[in-house]
Amino acid sequence: MSKVWLKRLLPWLIVLGSLVLWELLCVILQIEAFILPGPIDVAKALIKYPQAVFVNAMYTLFTTLTGFTMAVVFGLTLGLIVGASRTIYDGLYPIMIAFNSVPKVAIVPVLVIWFGVGVIPAIITAFAISFFPIVVNVATGLATIEPELLDVLRVLGARKRQILIKIGIPRAMPYFFASLKVAITLAFVGSVVAETVASNAGIGYLMIAASARFDVPLVFAGLVVIAAMGVILYEFFAFLERRVTFWAARDNGIVS
Amino acid sequence: MERNLIAAGGPDTFVQLDDVSIAYGGEGGTLALTETSMTIREGEFIAVVGPSGCGKSSLLKLVSGLHPAFRGSVKVAGQEVTGPLKICGMAFQNSTLLPWRTTLDNVLLPLEIVEPHASRFGAHKSEYREQARAMLATVGLSGFEDKYPWQLSGGMQQRTSLCRALIHSPHMLLLDEPFGALDPFTREELWDVVQGLWLKSRPTVILVTHDLREAVYLADTVYIFSPRPGRILSRNEVDMPRPRRLKDAYTPHFIEMTQALREQIVSGTQA
Repeated sequence: MSKVWLKRLLPWLIVLGSLVLWELLCVILQIEAFILPGPIDVAKALIKYPQAVFVNAMYTLFTTLTGFTMAVVFGLTLGLIVGASRTIYDGLYPIMIAFNSVPKVAIVPVLVIWFGVGVIPAIITAFAISFFPIVVNVATGLATIEPELLDVLRVLGARKRQILIKIGIPRAMPYFFASLKVAITLAFVGSVVAETVASNAGIGYLMIAASARFDVPLVFAGLVVIAAMGVILYEFFAFLERRVTFWAARDNGIVS
Repeated sequence: MERNLIAAGGPDTFVQLDDVSIAYGGEGGTLALTETSMTIREGEFIAVVGPSGCGKSSLLKLVSGLHPAFRGSVKVAGQEVTGPLKICGMAFQNSTLLPWRTTLDNVLLPLEIVEPHASRFGAHKSEYREQARAMLATVGLSGFEDKYPWQLSGGMQQRTSLCRALIHSPHMLLLDEPFGALDPFTREELWDVVQGLWLKSRPTVILVTHDLREAVYLADTVYIFSPRPGRILSRNEVDMPRPRRLKDAYTPHFIEMTQALREQIVSGTQA
């Protein structure tokens, strides 16, 4: 088998291997399904409630992507502002760190008081948890521009806005895309956490409802669905990254 | 006495430095350049040579308005320099090309910034692209327009960088050791590229270099600087006709001249 094929197959083999190991451990150690169900039990649960799983998955996908989109817009804007000005950077950093240090689970009850049970707390939690890495990365991308690159434009009499558009934004793009991959997985964490606390729909709600009935295989089915959606979206942004900022990863054979 | 003579300035004076000092880190900071006076004629090609850290690069920042003078005055085209000028092109030791732009788009960059080109750029894009292609052709880069900088060799990147520095026909070209990172053969090739470009449009050039042969080969006037804080040790006119050829760099006269400058640097460093 050639190396290229091995490289492509390896992730799948590892997933398959982990599932086999998981199932074997459950069987050999005779673990009850309501403690730790094996992958086969989980798969059965998925097949048993396809409608419920699908509808709730779409609900979670919706809240996650909505919160994530807000995080992208807000994070990119704030990141550019923070990265472009040393003063704003110094001024805003402490409060941003403080904000990011607050456990997002802790704000969900407050959100429920403000907005009631439903979509909005999940969207806001997904947003709150995923915008920070975007801001930091975009700001870092701007702040680490080589001074000589700036000089090239400055001696032409370029204004700050022109420098930002011609150099700052393109230069920050690899950092931006790197942060998207982190942010999208965090957004799932946020929305699901909010759903488990305050929702009547979504994968988080499904898992809470299932665990109340001791349907542990269905709880795990929920986890698997979230993991799968996370991987798919991660891969989507990895693909976008390779397309848009191919110049930042020169040795990957995309352009040669 | 001699300093006053140098600083006097005639009708064709383009750059004039009067008793200029540059410091980094404000009052009590490091002096990079001290009490320097010089006059550069319009269209003159000068080279600045000196030991590391003698403030050569600071001089470029000063003249281009990127760094303010700590003391003294800097005038370009009769105007006191208070901020970045808009009439400069600059090339550095690193080519500082933008990796997300093709070679052609890198060369076009100044035209998107500098007036009157910037406001007509959108409407006359094809015209400007032709201009950039023609310029790349003169430095031997035909066929590489759509390559990205990281797909080019170091010498090609520097050629591109020179094209970018000159595409908007600047009045002044500032070169900060542009060939320092290149192998000797490529470097000598690029000397001719620079000479050719300069003879075509005759901008005023300030070349900062460590290479005495490079300075003598390219410049009309070679300034030797002392170690930090930099001062002018001597001003030397090069009396060789243009265009100079690479074989001229191996004549006894040329070698004598570089040898003499070399001795000045060595004695200046020991003093």
